[in-house]
Amino acid sequence: MSKATKAARAVIAAGFLVAAHVGAQQATTQEMRSLDEQVQEIKSDVLEIAADLGRLEERLLYPSGTQLAVFVSIEEGQRFRLDSIRLDIDGQPATHYIYSFKELEALQNNGVQRLHTGNVATGEHEIDVTVAGRTPGGDDFTHTERFRFDKGVEPKLLGIRLAGPRSIELVEW
Amino acid sequence: MLLGLSVLSLAAAAPAGPFSGKDSAEALRDPYFGEAIFYANQGRYFDALQRLDVELGQHRELDEPDLDSLYYHLRDAEFSVGDFELNYRMHHRAGRAIKAVLEGAVDEEVRNDAAYRLARIHFQKGQLEDALVALDRITGKVPEPIRDEIEFLRANVYMGLGRHADAAAVLRRLQNAPGLVGFSTYNLGVALLDDGRPRDALSALARAGEVRADDDAVRAIRDKSNFVAGSLLVDAEDYLGAKRFFDRVRLEGPFSNQALLASGWAAASAEDFERAVVPWGILAAREVTDPAVQEAKLALPFAYGKLGVYGRAAVLYADALDSFSAEIEKLDASLTSIRDGRFLEALVREEIRQDEDWVIRLRSLPESPETYYLMELMASHDFQTTLRNYLDLEDLRRRLAAWQTSFDAFDDMIGLRRGYYDPLLPEVDAEFRELDSRMRLRLEQHRLLAERLQSMLVTPRPEFLATAEERLAAERLAAHAEALAGVDTPEAEALRQRIRRLQGVLGYTLRTEYHERLDVFARHLREADEAIEVMNARYDAFVRTRQAAVHSYDGYDTPISRLRRRVGDALERVNLLMARHGHALELAAIDELAARRERLEQYRDEARFALADSYDRATQARAREATEATTAAVVGEGQ
Repeated sequence: MSKATKAARAVIAAGFLVAAHVGAQQATTQEMRSLDEQVQEIKSDVLEIAADLGRLEERLLYPSGTQLAVFVSIEEGQRFRLDSIRLDIDGQPATHYIYSFKELEALQNNGVQRLHTGNVATGEHEIDVTVAGRTPGGDDFTHTERFRFDKGVEPKLLGIRLAGPRSIELVEW
Repeated sequence: MLLGLSVLSLAAAAPAGPFSGKDSAEALRDPYFGEAIFYANQGRYFDALQRLDVELGQHRELDEPDLDSLYYHLRDAEFSVGDFELNYRMHHRAGRAIKAVLEGAVDEEVRNDAAYRLARIHFQKGQLEDALVALDRITGKVPEPIRDEIEFLRANVYMGLGRHADAAAVLRRLQNAPGLVGFSTYNLGVALLDDGRPRDALSALARAGEVRADDDAVRAIRDKSNFVAGSLLVDAEDYLGAKRFFDRVRLEGPFSNQALLASGWAAASAEDFERAVVPWGILAAREVTDPAVQEAKLALPFAYGKLGVYGRAAVLYADALDSFSAEIEKLDASLTSIRDGRFLEALVREEIRQDEDWVIRLRSLPESPETYYLMELMASHDFQTTLRNYLDLEDLRRRLAAWQTSFDAFDDMIGLRRGYYDPLLPEVDAEFRELDSRMRLRLEQHRLLAERLQSMLVTPRPEFLATAEERLAAERLAAHAEALAGVDTPEAEALRQRIRRLQGVLGYTLRTEYHERLDVFARHLREADEAIEVMNARYDAFVRTRQAAVHSYDGYDTPISRLRRRVGDALERVNLLMARHGHALELAAIDELAARRERLEQYRDEARFALADSYDRATQARAREATEATTAAVVGEGQ
């Protein structure tokens, strides 16, 4: 590199030396670390609160004698686009959920969504599941299945397994 | 060394997502564990941790945990807690669950997996010696999917500890590892460089710069390898060699601006300004907030000046001047906006955080000068950490605020339930007590009858099956017989005979009809059993419902009161931490932007000076050309 080019580069790059200046007011790394530790502590505390609150809420809102939870999962390898699911229990609308892309991906990677939590009396019930979406081929579809289930005194956990665009299975966990 | 370490944080410390929750093809058996995975796969680590904490807590309290559905996924769940905590930037807590697995009675492969995860956590926390200790615990059978990852981590720990030769030896063995394409070779180059072997380092970096790339991460490491290789050659003053490496970096990628700038300087250093103009020309047309682009805006006209194209140089200097002035105005607007407090407001806008490209788009929102430079600010690790903490705190604040309103709703709900049940229950209980005592009486009677039936199967007792009339008649006959005892008259004797005859008739009937009556008795008892079963079921249902009624409003006051207090305390702490983090962010942003402003002012001054100089030279050049033209014309006329 010639002296002139070197000098030119040095002049132009002198701006970087200015940028490297650290303001006296900026928090030190030590302070940042201390703040970071405090953030981790509060996260831990809030998580504990969340767990305790979750348990209390479940007891208060969904006592075990009447609790019904419905979960949704997609069979591994399925790549249809799930747009929405609607649940009707004993003829009454229970849930109508519309899926974002992130949620769909999460389901396609073995996630299980708790779609609905509610209360039903013991005895026989009916659940209608309506799934809407798009097939891998690009066709829109809507498919409904009706199932019966029996609610006993224990909490009831039902699973809706989507094994394809028009395949809905009901499983009990 | 830092380069190598930063590659590990891309490759190995990134979340092992998407999370599968399965280490085999076994079906998921616990829906709540699946729910935690659902949240984690979306980056909602708070929700994932909350779910998993509750499930693991409940599982541990069970008398027979092997009957719980989480039992089949326990190891995965405990590992996942550590992963989620790391991703949620809870480094202090991360590792405790994994340590528990490591010290438990588990098989060799599981222990080695746990040791690896623990080592990774230590590495991320900068605890290199502890990471090495954890890695050294890995012996015997190692799970196949993490075999190469373990060695890669070991190499990076060595590099962090300054044991570059050891790191290089490990990395050499990983050159063909399929999951580490590009990364192992790049890190080998860095290890060799730090070990004082620049030629070998360059060779490794050159190989890394030519790997076949199927995903963005590998493409990025390929670019980085070429950039670093080029930088090494610049240091060695092999400028044309350096330029060849810089020119391999993609035009669109995280290193493209730096590579274009470096390529231009490499050519300029070799005094080949015609070749310098090409990359600088591309770079100077890009987004001017980037420091490399700003430098190129001065370097490009400098190159034209070297090529004697002063007019073009002047135009470019003028353009640079305008750009720098506009940029300084933007910086001023940003600084004012940040000082007015709008920076923090903008950061927590919900719609901004929904989109991964939001940081890039922020620079072009005219109504948000406070966030034009956020992408550049994010280049600083401290700023990134503080920003992430701030956003996490904002999320916590929203949750806590929502929970505060929930408590009022709970109180209302409990009050309504109490108001409904309290007046009803005394009456219900009184009625139940009466029914209960009647029921117990009937059950006792039923029990006695059942016992009697059993004894009659062994020892027949026909008199037990007499009807009420027959029993009455028998008693009356016995009473008459007793009354006539001791009366010695013919009439009394005749009556006694009649009584004996009637008693005989009764006895005969009972004996001859015994089996039939026994069958009827047994059948009626069976029917009573069925009725008792129904009654017991209803009794149990009533008891459960009665308990549930009370449980629906009783026993919540204390826990709600405690939680309300805890939430209030937590909210105060969060607000305080947010204020401190927010202040730190604003200071960092102001410092950075002020420094940029200062640099741009300096650039602007240089551009002004260079512009004037270029005009002078251009004018002189034109004057020389005119003089030469005139001289040539005169000479021609003279001839």
